[in-house]
Amino acid sequence: MGLFKLKGFPGTGNFRHGIHPPDNKHLSNESKVEVMETPETVTLPLLQHLGVPCKQIVEARQLVSYGEMIGKGEAFVSASLHAPIAGIIKKNVMVTLPNGRHLPAISIQASGDQIAPQRLWDEMRSKEWPRDCISIYDPFTIVKLIHSSGVVGLGGAAFPTHVKVTPNDTRMIDTLMINGCECEPYLTCDYRLMIEAPRAIVAGALLTARAVSAREIVICVEDNKPEAVKKLKEATEQTVIKIAVLKTKYPQGSEKQLIKSVIGLEIPLGGLPSDVGVAMSNVGTMATVARGLIKESPLTHRVISVSGRGIKHPKNLFVPIGISIADVIDFCGGLTPDAARVVAGGPMMGFSFSDFNTPVTKGTSGITVLTHDEIKSEEETSCIRCGRCVDACPMNLVPTRLALAARYNNPSIASQYHIHACFECGCCSYVCPAKINLVQLIRAGKKLATASQKF
Amino acid sequence: MSDSNKILNTVKDSPIIHVAPSPHIRDIKTHTQRMMIDVLIALTPVVIVSVYLFRMYAVKQLLICIVTCLAAEILFVRMRGRSLTIKDCSAGVTGIILALSLPGSAPWFVGVIASVIAMGIGKIIFGGLGMNIFNPAMVGRAFVMIAFAGLMGAGSYENITGLVDAVSGATPLSALKFNNTPAIFTHLFWGNTNGSIGETSAFACLLGGLFLVFRKTASWQIPFSILLTVLFIAGITDLAAAASGMLIVHHMFGGALMFSAFFIATDPVTSPLTSKGKWIFGCGTGILIMIIRLFSGYPEGVMFAILIMNALTPLINRWTNPQPMGEA
Repeated sequence: MGLFKLKGFPGTGNFRHGIHPPDNKHLSNESKVEVMETPETVTLPLLQHLGVPCKQIVEARQLVSYGEMIGKGEAFVSASLHAPIAGIIKKNVMVTLPNGRHLPAISIQASGDQIAPQRLWDEMRSKEWPRDCISIYDPFTIVKLIHSSGVVGLGGAAFPTHVKVTPNDTRMIDTLMINGCECEPYLTCDYRLMIEAPRAIVAGALLTARAVSAREIVICVEDNKPEAVKKLKEATEQTVIKIAVLKTKYPQGSEKQLIKSVIGLEIPLGGLPSDVGVAMSNVGTMATVARGLIKESPLTHRVISVSGRGIKHPKNLFVPIGISIADVIDFCGGLTPDAARVVAGGPMMGFSFSDFNTPVTKGTSGITVLTHDEIKSEEETSCIRCGRCVDACPMNLVPTRLALAARYNNPSIASQYHIHACFECGCCSYVCPAKINLVQLIRAGKKLATASQKF
Repeated sequence: MSDSNKILNTVKDSPIIHVAPSPHIRDIKTHTQRMMIDVLIALTPVVIVSVYLFRMYAVKQLLICIVTCLAAEILFVRMRGRSLTIKDCSAGVTGIILALSLPGSAPWFVGVIASVIAMGIGKIIFGGLGMNIFNPAMVGRAFVMIAFAGLMGAGSYENITGLVDAVSGATPLSALKFNNTPAIFTHLFWGNTNGSIGETSAFACLLGGLFLVFRKTASWQIPFSILLTVLFIAGITDLAAAASGMLIVHHMFGGALMFSAFFIATDPVTSPLTSKGKWIFGCGTGILIMIIRLFSGYPEGVMFAILIMNALTPLINRWTNPQPMGEA
């Protein structure tokens, strides 16, 4: 640390601590994105993003066409919902998402003429995306269009994008960082998108940078994805966009760690990237922004990867949002006999679930199916204070102390050691030789600390 | 619903789907038991050298200490009404380290009492593995050292009869301290000198110790900082006495320094959590070792130095508590 400098950037290309889990990307990184045909039904929960649920503006048995707005995000931190297929609204349904939320949802039964999903994907892949006529868009128009296309962060957290890019006089944005790290093991959806649709990402990045009036645009990629770097370099020729190639390490793709790696700045505790003049967005989000503005088609489809040793044919898919995960798994040949856990997202931070009726949402970056061998649970033994969790924690916390504070109901110690700085990346649990469920305990500790502050 | 048939097909093929909170994968290479086994492997060269040098004396001490430690662990854990923890191998490690730190001549009851104290007072009373403040083996050894001063003191090493000639005299450090007779470097390095049965060969300790560091079972900071500090202070002493390196050689390769720097001080339970803390711990241990060696009545000070630093570990942890990223 400190000895190396990332060429052309103030940061070192690395951050403190972190882990190197086997990335297992080879299972799906060579498979081209396949387009799934329009399913019979889609189910769209009214809250797929961080913030306030959107309001349903269609009624049961109403006919909707492709791309029609069916849920309106009225609050500032909210996102609208659009019909990914043409069809009839079924009566209201409830769904349980992998993260445990039980929500009202709009279900659409396919009917009438469908748009060919292949056309949408070909549009995304084409080389026709403009790079120089960006200035015809006015920054406020860009924000408005991003808002009306229902764009949220596609990296996983699903934060409404228009909130990030709304110009703010008190927090000037200097740099727009496009996150293509994809540090989670197994996931390859961003990788495939960078290879197959780099032009769309670049167009979206230029548009977003114009909205936030950023001087610099940096696309961040880990050094285990040389092919993506090559394609992006071709696509960014003669633009201001720079590409930062970073050390492959988990969690390099985490906002705070990535800013530290590239710009060398640390976001204050409890702060946001805008506190250090950065706006950050995922590569998939950028492609969606480009589609929303230039093609005027809202966020209705996304790329997901379906991977893991528990799935017969790992694939990268272009799917309509709201398609049931059972349909996706069937399309990939189903589960193998030793499949043991199905995870929405990657294995480090994803949510496991058992109800395959649950839909793909805007924030689902992939489905990882792990086998019995990978999730073999082992008996927890005493903490031997080896300090490996301390050496793994990218936030520089002391996980073992936080976990002990949680276990013995001591919220004051938990707060004193900054339990809320933990973003649950899972590094500590991954390395713990005593197999203690540190993240789980810390989650409980956070609740405890929050509750004790209230009363 | 049209989906349900498909779902049934999918589920039929897959026996059971588990759910659990993230992270869903874990490092399969690290395990507490595996760490203890690493220590046992690393101790093998030391054990081989001690058996070669001290023959039956070493075998006797090793057997007594291992058997008593395991028995004491079972006994005390039963008394606390907890489930057995023999599987984690930590009692075996304590037994071997304790045996290796005793003189070959010590009678059987010394080993037995030291083992019982080590497991009982050193470890189980605090709540078992991970909870103890002091290194159990050193607690046991400190007790018998004080209780049986005659059997454990510098003189006891000279009582051994029927040994190889080279290892029947005084230990190198006490010979130097009381008689001012230095030993030869090669003897100190390969181990054909007298001493506690495990400490004599610097080579065997280095071999096992480097394995531990290489496996990352022991931190590199602690042994490195201890050796560096001792080297520095011994260097000053050497220059002051104009001993042309003889004192450095004795302090570095004689006595229990190598053995304890790699095997005892690196005990994760009783040493600090952070890298900075480990440096402080190692430097503190090194300074205390040299103070005791140079200014006290004892020729060797490793044991007390480590026990004192064990007591300071919670304080060091507090001092070196890392600042979270983004905390100005």
